Amino acid sequence: MLASTVRIAGSLDAAEECAQEAFVRALQNWERDGIPDKPGAWLTTTAKRLALDLIRRERTLRDKLPLLIEPDADLAPEIGEKPVIADDRLRLVFTCCHPALAREAQVALTLRLVCGLNTAEIARGFLVSESTMAARVTRAKKKISAARIPYRVPAEHELPERLDAVLTVIHLVYSTGHTAPSGDQLVRDDLVQRAVSLATLVHELMPDEREAGGLLALMMLTDARRETRVDEAGQLILLADQDRTRWDRAAIERGRALVLDSLRGGRPGRFLLQACIAAVHAEAATFAETDWAEIVALYELLWQRWPSAVVALNRAVAVGMADGPAAGLAAIDGLAAPVLAGYGYLPAARADFLRQLGRFEEAAAEYRSALQCTDNAAEQAFLRARLRALADVTGQ
Amino acid sequence: MAQYLILIYEDETAYGSDEVWAEASNAHARFAEQVPQVGGEIVGGAALQPTQTATSIRADVVTDGPFTETKEVLGGYYLVEAKDLDQALEIAKLCPAPFGGVEVRPVLDLSTMPS
Repeated sequence: MLASTVRIAGSLDAAEECAQEAFVRALQNWERDGIPDKPGAWLTTTAKRLALDLIRRERTLRDKLPLLIEPDADLAPEIGEKPVIADDRLRLVFTCCHPALAREAQVALTLRLVCGLNTAEIARGFLVSESTMAARVTRAKKKISAARIPYRVPAEHELPERLDAVLTVIHLVYSTGHTAPSGDQLVRDDLVQRAVSLATLVHELMPDEREAGGLLALMMLTDARRETRVDEAGQLILLADQDRTRWDRAAIERGRALVLDSLRGGRPGRFLLQACIAAVHAEAATFAETDWAEIVALYELLWQRWPSAVVALNRAVAVGMADGPAAGLAAIDGLAAPVLAGYGYLPAARADFLRQLGRFEEAAAEYRSALQCTDNAAEQAFLRARLRALADVTGQ
Repeated sequence: MAQYLILIYEDETAYGSDEVWAEASNAHARFAEQVPQVGGEIVGGAALQPTQTATSIRADVVTDGPFTETKEVLGGYYLVEAKDLDQALEIAKLCPAPFGGVEVRPVLDLSTMPS
């Protein structure tokens, strides 16, 4: 509704106002006349009419309107005809994730305007104050209108870069929900669900974009394990110890099918490769049966496409799983560590390999470093339990 | 159409030799040809004298030198017409700045300000 209204209203603020006004009118009219057959369509049409009125009223002031689009070209045929809602939502996603906006603003705008979350909800999701989040959204909207960030789906030649920004934003929303950076809960279901529905939307609207399919598959395959990642007390359960019979088989099958489908037609990108890795994990009947050699090979490919320090660390961990803790430790120590300073999974991974090698005191030191790096209560409890277990072994 | 200022920030010490100047002037001539091809228009622009010729004034106090001493300094600008930010960025990516980069700023349209 907002997406198709913004096309007429020309600015996000005006569109939001029209949408709200449409809801107010719905309350009044529906109470009097009863609920229409298609309430959604009624609301959209009303919001668009209001936007059209607004534009007409302010026609003389047209130049003063912060325009996202040129409203004159196809304005008239828009009303009354079947609206191209899908395209409008896609335009909105691309506008919200425009590279001229800071990443955090892209995330906030996408949740606000595409998912319809209010500022307080977004602020809670990312643990900043509501006023901070409100300021962030306002700043971003101002830039969209002052700098004239266009409201359109990018052209073919820009698409790889622009789509990557969209997918990165969705992935960021997902990751923040998947392992919350702080707070009491490991998983924030609301953010996870928003991310999954965004990925579904983009995949449906751009079915030929294989990375969009890859991202959705990655989320399905990862989310299939959600129920088994924490115990009843909210304590973290590692992949090795999860109850695989409780994994969501239907989601895994859908994810796998999507991976296979997306793999057709060329070299896989970074989201699709991560989905492949998630699929290998999902296919293993037990942790011991995991095909670690395959996972190392996939991380190798992923690193070639996306040479990030985090990918290198994951590859090193997979090497340790495939070839033993000594090889894993050597692989980690071969990384350029400074980039990963403050990244808690680096000391945690070293600690695990050191523990397996019987180097308990060094392991304890690494667990303590890892503990410094997380504010998530479930992760902290897990690391403390590891430290206690080490103290029992060493008798200290 | 809207107006955008493309500010060219570069390490000015890089422009020490005649060869570099000749190359830069060719690159800017090419840029001037490319802008209309992508649907934009150059409305104005200039190259500036080096920052050692700059004079700053704050609260009527006149001092020698630019506002801030940084490695990359404002060395020139273009004022361009573009239909939106995407087109302005497309133009700005064509703008030569081999020893630094460019910043794109939308021009404030004073006619839209409350009087």
